[in-house]
Amino acid sequence: MKALDRKLLRDMKRLWAQSLAVAFVMAAGVATMLIGLGAYNSLSETRAAYYERSQFADVFAFAVRAPKSVSAEIRQIAGVGQVETRIVRPALLDIEGFDLPATGYFTSLPASGESSLNKLHLRSGRLPEPGSLREVAVSESFANAHKFKIGSRFGAILNGAKRRLTITAIVLSAEYIYALGPGDMMPDDRRFGIVWMREPALAAAFNLEGAFNNVSLRLLKGASAADVLQSLDRILQRYGGEGAYGREDQLSHAFLDAELQQLSAMSRIMPPVFLVVSAFLINMVLSRLISLEREQIGLFKAIGYSPASIAFHYAKLVLLISAMGVAIGFAAGTWLSYGLTLLYTKFFHFPYRIFVVSPRLYAIAGLVSVTAALIGSMRSVANAAALSPAIAMQAPAPPVYRRFWSGRIQPLNHVSQLTIMVLRHIFRWPLRSLLTTLGIAFSVALLVSSLFTVGSITYMIDVTFDRADRQDSTFTFGEARPAQALQEVARLPGVLSAEPFRIVVVNLSNGHYTKRVAISGKPAAMDLSRVLDLELRPVSLPKSGLALGDTLAAKLHLKRGDIVHVEILGRNRLEADVPVIDIIQSYIGLMAFMDIHALSQLLGESPSISGVHMLLDPAQSDRFFSKVKEQPTLAAMALQRISLAKFQETIAENINIQIAVYVGLASIIAFGVVYNSARIQFAERARELASLRVLGFTQFEVSRLLLLEFALLTLAAMPIGWALGYGLALALVEGFQSDLYRLPFIMLRSTYAYSALIVMAAVAVSALVVRRRANNLDLVSVLKTRD
Amino acid sequence: MAEAVFTARGLTKVYRSGEVEVHALRGADIDLYSGEVSVMLGPSGSGKSTLLNILGGLDRPTAGTVRFRDHELTNASERELTRYRREHVGFVFQFYNLIPSLTARENVSLVTEIATAPMKPEEALTLVGLGHRLDHFPSQLSGGEQQRVAIARAIAKRPDVLLCDEPTGALDSKIGVLVLEALDQVNQTLGTTTAIITHNASIQGMAHRVFNFGDGRITSTHVNETRVKPSEISW
Ligand SMILES: Nc1ncnc2c1ncn2[C@@H]1O[C@H](COP(=O)(O)OP(=O)(O)O)[C@@H](O)[C@H]1O
Ligand SMILES: [Mg+2]
Repeated sequence: MKALDRKLLRDMKRLWAQSLAVAFVMAAGVATMLIGLGAYNSLSETRAAYYERSQFADVFAFAVRAPKSVSAEIRQIAGVGQVETRIVRPALLDIEGFDLPATGYFTSLPASGESSLNKLHLRSGRLPEPGSLREVAVSESFANAHKFKIGSRFGAILNGAKRRLTITAIVLSAEYIYALGPGDMMPDDRRFGIVWMREPALAAAFNLEGAFNNVSLRLLKGASAADVLQSLDRILQRYGGEGAYGREDQLSHAFLDAELQQLSAMSRIMPPVFLVVSAFLINMVLSRLISLEREQIGLFKAIGYSPASIAFHYAKLVLLISAMGVAIGFAAGTWLSYGLTLLYTKFFHFPYRIFVVSPRLYAIAGLVSVTAALIGSMRSVANAAALSPAIAMQAPAPPVYRRFWSGRIQPLNHVSQLTIMVLRHIFRWPLRSLLTTLGIAFSVALLVSSLFTVGSITYMIDVTFDRADRQDSTFTFGEARPAQALQEVARLPGVLSAEPFRIVVVNLSNGHYTKRVAISGKPAAMDLSRVLDLELRPVSLPKSGLALGDTLAAKLHLKRGDIVHVEILGRNRLEADVPVIDIIQSYIGLMAFMDIHALSQLLGESPSISGVHMLLDPAQSDRFFSKVKEQPTLAAMALQRISLAKFQETIAENINIQIAVYVGLASIIAFGVVYNSARIQFAERARELASLRVLGFTQFEVSRLLLLEFALLTLAAMPIGWALGYGLALALVEGFQSDLYRLPFIMLRSTYAYSALIVMAAVAVSALVVRRRANNLDLVSVLKTRD
Repeated sequence: MAEAVFTARGLTKVYRSGEVEVHALRGADIDLYSGEVSVMLGPSGSGKSTLLNILGGLDRPTAGTVRFRDHELTNASERELTRYRREHVGFVFQFYNLIPSLTARENVSLVTEIATAPMKPEEALTLVGLGHRLDHFPSQLSGGEQQRVAIARAIAKRPDVLLCDEPTGALDSKIGVLVLEALDQVNQTLGTTTAIITHNASIQGMAHRVFNFGDGRITSTHVNETRVKPSEISW
């Protein structure tokens, strides 16, 4: 090995703690890149493969009842490759040992054989026998939640008739990778399952012999989805078509998309923070090392080493530190990605491993980090190469300090000389002080951008469940029923109050902006499920006009007073222009509200309702639930309070993980910055500190010199970090926003306070580590040696 | 008379720092001869180091000319100076400037690795009487030993000239003599042209030729008829 390389290794050994602190920051960058992009790739690649293998459809549509012959007509649409018609209806389930009513999505399998689209992935058992009326396949998560095995039985109320069903298969479906029950905020596998039965059995149960109510299509390559949707709508409108939609509006697909979008937002925003800080640190450590080794560099030059070989020597040190950082980052990133993947398997049901290790991603992450480090080192390395050999041979002149305010003002009479030393030192190295401050600020920013979600989610829950949707439970009928149906529900035991609603699927358009949404019709005297304006005041809906959620209004570029074009799907193309009477608050989904009578008028029908919101008496809930399970007209039931509890539990779990990760990451930055900065300072000022000790200052006074400086820099970093964090959080909220949900941007003062406290603690720990060195200062050896 | 290795005429060096101009050299002329030991004497600040740095290619004169054999150093580029130093010059400084993280042997290897026909590091260290200290780090060596490692490092590439700036400046008499002996030994064995800066007049006895400096010029030169052995010197 070359002597110069040996020097490198020994330098590295001497600087191990500092190098490691830098390497950790870099590792955090590599890891966040691997986690974000790695999970993104894993999720999207696995999804694509699964879709392909199971022939997941491109277009979906519901109708009320369409004869089977229509399927041939659909097949004629240009661009359509495959067509499969099915019967899909929700129904209440009655499961022994489980008091709450559950909802099942009953979906037909062809009379024999397996489906040609949306093929099931068999986990165990066999598909129901052709001709069987009681055999079913169920989704795996639902089966697991109830510990169902092949051969287990449960009850269902199919179109009013109670039936016992036997499980012959446990399956997965690409349509329900994310399986969210009606009205739920989080998947609750106990209360929601998918149930597949042979078509004749379902047709008989729902009076749909020779007909279908659901169709899915797979498009040919290059087909225009928009054109196919239009043609399909035209065909189905005679049969009560509710409007065809593509994958982007398919619930499971849309949730996966939202997750992918979050991952990509995270990997765009997080890794750069770490890369910038590690470039800072490299710069700090290297410029210190080089100023310390001026004479050695001069010597290399004196004996004939070229500037290039000296530059390369120091670049190699950077490469070594980066290699360490990248290696740690690879290990941590792989481990954490794996952890994230496990977390995903809880929510996303894939038939195979979704952990894809891509060598290319690793190569990119490594390369980007090393490049950032080299950029950070460029200035110092260039300085080293440019040092003139003659000048390098002279000891550096003592640094020039300046008096404050040119010494004209002397407001510091009462301040001790030590404090003046601190202040002078800060301003003597403004760049380093600035970088240290910025580094600490980044750490604060990272925490602010993570902790704020607690406040935002709490706020969203408060608005959604305590102020807007205050009902305990919501029934949805299989199909719209006359307004008198409200009374049937209100008479159930334990129902304290009941409030009807009507759901109609429409296309809203404004010029070329268009969106398929559901309009909710609500009574004038709504009290359970309320509509809130942007100031969160309850809105009463006038006799005509639409109130739009702010997200939807923004998408359609509408404001209050504008006219929106409403096209009612499945109603022989009823169309109308309706004024936007209000813009209201919405966090979940795309919302549009209208007075329930106005909606009936628009539809040209007598008043009818799709379902009922209820307030329940908890004391009578047992009677209520057992009565519900006998109601023939009910198809689905949402339990908002139980859903909320589930939501909070899941969110709390995830947020705790998230906070732990971010506190770790922020501490790594704070420690890396402060530890390095303090070590450098300490080395530079060892002689000065030792002299002070010799003069009779105590250990405490001397170490206070160092600690005070960091205390000041940390204080200065707080407002900068808060501002940066505010910006980061805003970027994250925007990046996370999707049609499905939107996080309100609520920045609590306590978020700032907690972020500050955590970073202060990290700073204090790192400063104390260095202080131990100050206390153990060997006075004689420091003063004996030449600078 | 021996051949002149260095020929410098009218060397001037002006340092500018802000508004202050320091004239380190004011028209110095000097010739150094092949195989000789020269001693440069003079008070501190008289320009000795500046001249030596220019001869060694560490620095350039503000005016004047300097030649090393047939190399014109006056207007050489940084790259040419680097090559010149690498091929022809060995340096020894007052503060030994050893690399603290390398052992004695490795400090010498630093040079032998980039030289064309070097001696073995062990050989160079034996020549200065340190054959038994090969694997010690600088911190484990005494000042005199460190300086001798520096000498070994300087001569290991068999340089044409050895330039020493106050090599004994940080050492007491007894230890300093060992260093001077090492230099004398190198001169006798390898015939290296050697220049030694000192402000210690008692050292001049060991030189073939002595230059006296004053105020940026060479004020007088003399040749020693008989040379004193380093072991007979003390201060
Ligand atoms: N880099 C420099 N910048 C400014 N002045 C310098 C520099 N190097 C040397 N000098 C000045 O030049 C003069 C000669 O210095 P030097 O050659 O080191 O003297 P000597 O080695 O004889 O003690 C001194 O006054 C010194 O202060
Ligand atoms: Mg000098």
